Amino acid sequence: MTAADSPLLRMSGVSKSFFGVEVLHSVDLELRAGEVHALVGENGAGKSTLMKILAGVHRPDAGVISLGGSEVHFEHPLQAQHAGVSTVFQEFNLLPERTVAENVYLGREPRRRGLVDVARMDRDTEALFDDLGVSGIGARTRVRSLSVAQQQVVEIVKAMSYDARIISMDEPTAALAEHEVELLYRLTRTLRARGIAVLYVSHRLKEIFDLCDRITILKDGSVVTTTETARITPDELVRKMVGRSISTFFPDPLPGAELGPVRLAVSGAGNDYVDDISFEVRAGEIVGLAGLQGSGRTEIAHALFGVAPFTRGEVRLDGKPVSPTSPREAVRAGLALVTEDRKVEGLALNQSVLANARLVLDAVLPGAAGKRAKAIPGILSSLELTARSGAREVRYLSGGNQQKVVLAKWLATEPAVMVLDEPTRGIDVGAKRAVYELMRELSARGVAIVMISSELPELLGMADRILVLHDGEISGELPGGVDEEAVMTLAARPMTAEAAR
Amino acid sequence: MSHPATSPARTNRSAAVGRSALDLFAGGSGTVFALLIVVLVAITFLNPSFAEPPSLMAFLRNAAPLIVLAIGQYFVIVSGEFDLSVGSLVGAQVVIAAKLIDGEESRTWGVIALMLVFGLLVGLVNGLVTTLLRVPSFITTLGMLLILAGAVRLWTGGAPTGALSDSFRQWGRTGIDMPVVRQLPYALLIAIALGVAAVLLMRAPYGRTLLATGDNPTAAAFAGVRVWRVRTLAFVLSSLMATLAAILIGGFAGVSAQVGQGLEFTAITAVVLGGVVLGGGRGWVVAAMAGALTYQALERLFTQLDMPTTARPALQGVIIIAAVAYAARSRGHRPPPPAPAETANDPVPERVG
Amino acid sequence: MTLTQQAEAPRTAAAVEGRRRAPVRLGTTGIIYLALVAILVIGTVLVAADGDNLLAERNIVDMLTRSSVLGFIAIGQTLVILCRSLDLSVGYVAALSSLVGATTMDGDPARVPLGIAAALGVAAAVGLVNGLVITKLKVNAFIATLGVALIIRGYLDTEYKGPAGSVPDSFQNFGYTRIGVVPLSTAVMLAVAVAGIVLLRRTRTGYRMFAVGGNDEVARLSGLRTDRTVIVAHVLCSMTAGAAGLLLASRFSTGVAAQIYSAGYDLDSIAAVVLGGTLLMGGRGGIAGTIAGVLILAVLDTVFRLLQIDPFFRDVLRGAIIIVAVALYARRQIDRHAVRARFGKHGRAAGGQDAPRPVIPEARA
Repeated sequence: MTAADSPLLRMSGVSKSFFGVEVLHSVDLELRAGEVHALVGENGAGKSTLMKILAGVHRPDAGVISLGGSEVHFEHPLQAQHAGVSTVFQEFNLLPERTVAENVYLGREPRRRGLVDVARMDRDTEALFDDLGVSGIGARTRVRSLSVAQQQVVEIVKAMSYDARIISMDEPTAALAEHEVELLYRLTRTLRARGIAVLYVSHRLKEIFDLCDRITILKDGSVVTTTETARITPDELVRKMVGRSISTFFPDPLPGAELGPVRLAVSGAGNDYVDDISFEVRAGEIVGLAGLQGSGRTEIAHALFGVAPFTRGEVRLDGKPVSPTSPREAVRAGLALVTEDRKVEGLALNQSVLANARLVLDAVLPGAAGKRAKAIPGILSSLELTARSGAREVRYLSGGNQQKVVLAKWLATEPAVMVLDEPTRGIDVGAKRAVYELMRELSARGVAIVMISSELPELLGMADRILVLHDGEISGELPGGVDEEAVMTLAARPMTAEAAR
Repeated sequence: MSHPATSPARTNRSAAVGRSALDLFAGGSGTVFALLIVVLVAITFLNPSFAEPPSLMAFLRNAAPLIVLAIGQYFVIVSGEFDLSVGSLVGAQVVIAAKLIDGEESRTWGVIALMLVFGLLVGLVNGLVTTLLRVPSFITTLGMLLILAGAVRLWTGGAPTGALSDSFRQWGRTGIDMPVVRQLPYALLIAIALGVAAVLLMRAPYGRTLLATGDNPTAAAFAGVRVWRVRTLAFVLSSLMATLAAILIGGFAGVSAQVGQGLEFTAITAVVLGGVVLGGGRGWVVAAMAGALTYQALERLFTQLDMPTTARPALQGVIIIAAVAYAARSRGHRPPPPAPAETANDPVPERVG
Repeated sequence: MTLTQQAEAPRTAAAVEGRRRAPVRLGTTGIIYLALVAILVIGTVLVAADGDNLLAERNIVDMLTRSSVLGFIAIGQTLVILCRSLDLSVGYVAALSSLVGATTMDGDPARVPLGIAAALGVAAAVGLVNGLVITKLKVNAFIATLGVALIIRGYLDTEYKGPAGSVPDSFQNFGYTRIGVVPLSTAVMLAVAVAGIVLLRRTRTGYRMFAVGGNDEVARLSGLRTDRTVIVAHVLCSMTAGAAGLLLASRFSTGVAAQIYSAGYDLDSIAAVVLGGTLLMGGRGGIAGTIAGVLILAVLDTVFRLLQIDPFFRDVLRGAIIIVAVALYARRQIDRHAVRARFGKHGRAAGGQDAPRPVIPEARA
């Protein structure tokens, strides 16, 4: 490796707790100039928190961060930026209506005689791009007309323009299609050649092995190991990331529960985002959908639910063909969708628990809402949401309880098929367990469940079968309880083989 | 996020569940009830005869049209929109009534029916242009304001003609004779009836759907709500309420070219005074009605204080800003509203990842 | 936040090919000027059919004169709307500054500069109050400026029962002098417009306005003091309204209140801004478009006067035009929401081609 001997950045003993839960435990991390350093781990392993501490968004409870040998304390993202630490978050921080140059120099536009020197700003921007070997992005192009990958590049170039010595990127390829990734690769390699330290968070094995010099593996808030990429194989990496006994945490199917007839049958379905999707879900069965972000999991859920319907193929529900073109029709047909993003798509946060829980009834079946809503208090209390909390506004609830409200909302419609998109994202262990138990109970009642999750252990622990998606298509089917490597291999299909070579 | 000053119980503004008296006087909508009582007490203190039933009744009769307008505006605001057209709709309806009835008793009911149909149409246009053509409601209803004002004057040649019939005017000016209060105004009864209906509607599936839509249209759409229908219906309700208010105002104040001018701002002010949040999803219809009553009570107080009529707007301005600023404070430090494109304009569920 | 922006995938491949040049495509401002020309042509034909000439000197003067007062106000309104704010107090500020200006000048030519300074100073103070109430007290701009408007109205109605002050002849020239066909007031308005355009396109303040209106959070993360930007916009907005008030004072040769504040400049100016293609939600637009919006309204007025069409019909048409224009802009917005499709119409096809974005028909603002 080309790296210098003394590290550019050293984090040692960094710990952080939120609400009494320790998310980072005495983490040590070193970044050397001129290396691309992968930070990997499962969801919830603490990668994002570590990045946010580095970016000045969060402050560590304990531990020391030193930059170029001297200790630093970042109170605000701007401070980190001025110290040469730039972060490219998953959320875009660009103004879509402004040009590339205006975005790159926002707040520090070059001036001449008091006026913004547009020509110079454009020149400087293009020089920045040229310098980094990026072509095809004009300084005067509006950001909104760029592709997602190009926007990502603009963010990185913007980060660079602060004379960054360290750039951390949080899943920069998450939103990109495969053919778009190359642009990012090239840029990252250029940065490395410049002697910049890149901290690279990604789930994609191929990227990690293609791009990164060293890898730090986080698990449950602690560092498992930091290793040179050359000294580890993809299989070992996955094992070290995961390696935990899952069987103990997930409830077994209820006694007497068995698979019934096929309730949901999808054959040859597709639209703009997914293609050739065929699968069946039986009554009482839980089918998992696995795949990387952007592989088409959520798109299948949205298609089933009529948000962005399938344009070809067929969907049958209890033998009858259905083709909902709106959520309303989907609900009527007996479908329920627990959406991926609770706050944006799932809840009216200023309304009460009860109002949220009966929203679908109110909206879709207003005539019967009164009668069917009588079941809601029972549903809420079975989810351990007390009746007293029914009047509370949802925004005051914890993430776990909010998720229970979303579940209650859909249970009230007594669906035949329930699609759960990331049902346990961002909720605590107790609430996770409650969600799992609920799923078992629904299965026992004959509901067909489609479960989408980025957390492999829960898919493996809960699903009877797992469908693995890759780039919009089903790349394989695995029985429940297989090992994670098998899923990972299919999810990252064309990559691991290549990378292992 | 939770701020010490905002415990859940304090800010619970949901109408879905029974509320204690304590809830009423706390948080955003509490301000208006406290303010109303203070103002009423102040008026009575200055003029003890105000509390006598007949004069109280007269006060309530005068306040009734604004209460009715506030109910209508509430539906639209709580769904996350504006209705600026109600003032000119009131004016248009009064002029239409005068011209078509032209003093003939027999035409009264037919014309009232026609007015309701016209109101319904105006609301439908407001709603559909806003939801289906995606024109911000501020612009849609501003355009409607100009169209209505222009069209009516065009039709009447500038000065309203005709006359209202007595059976039309009775709703706004007379009432049921009875002891103690002397006369129980129809206008008050109508306002109360509409208020009760509004409360019931807000407790019905539609009302809860409306609140949820104003709060988070994306989540509502994912729950199967037909957002465009819910919002359009809110505009229709607003226009119908404006029509009923026009009947009361026409009866009470008579016909002139100025009827209704500026009422849209008064109605919005009343609703906001009632703690209803511009942007949607929060607020109680009863508090909106109380906001209208408070607005009228303030006007009355200014009269009582012998304040020159000309100076009243200034005080109203101060009070409105203070009330809203106070409500904003008591809501505590909430995170900044998300960017416009996502929430206000384009609640289309996007594909993620 | 991520959601929409992720969705804003390229419109066409051409959009990213050109190194410097954005694709040749008529912008919103281009369209609005095209519409202005079209209305002028149609108006000329209609007026000609009626035996008159729309482009005669007196008619051009009429159109330009009509546009100057609203022009001033709309320039300021553009700034606050770009910041995702709004100002409903402009009509009252104009009235106030006409009175302050006229009473300060008091017919004395030597006091003209003092009167101008006093009028603009008072206007700026009102704008400062607007901005502070909105940013520091966190009162919705609609309510804040409406409240301030009521306060000014109360003051005006109490203090000034009728016209007050008088404007010396030298200042009346501001209202009536012409340079060729261009009235002086219009020339000044256009100069202010140019200054505004420079402000928006060439100063950091202007850049910040776009940023704050576009996405407050991004602006804050980039280290901008967002409150200050909104306050500056409101101060400038009130000052242009103050300039409009001075112009009106010079035309009336005295200061008046009700005549000005009941003329509907507040809503008219918002309409002109939106007609000019500025987003009501902020972050996109500009003064050039606003001026076109003002001119369109002025041309319509003049055409209607020449055709002796009922002035009330003008209001009707104006309302309809505003709605239709904004509906058309909304259409264009939707068009841009194209998303990348991975698969073509019949499955496995070339990726990365445009497809209409999936829209839940119900979910609309």
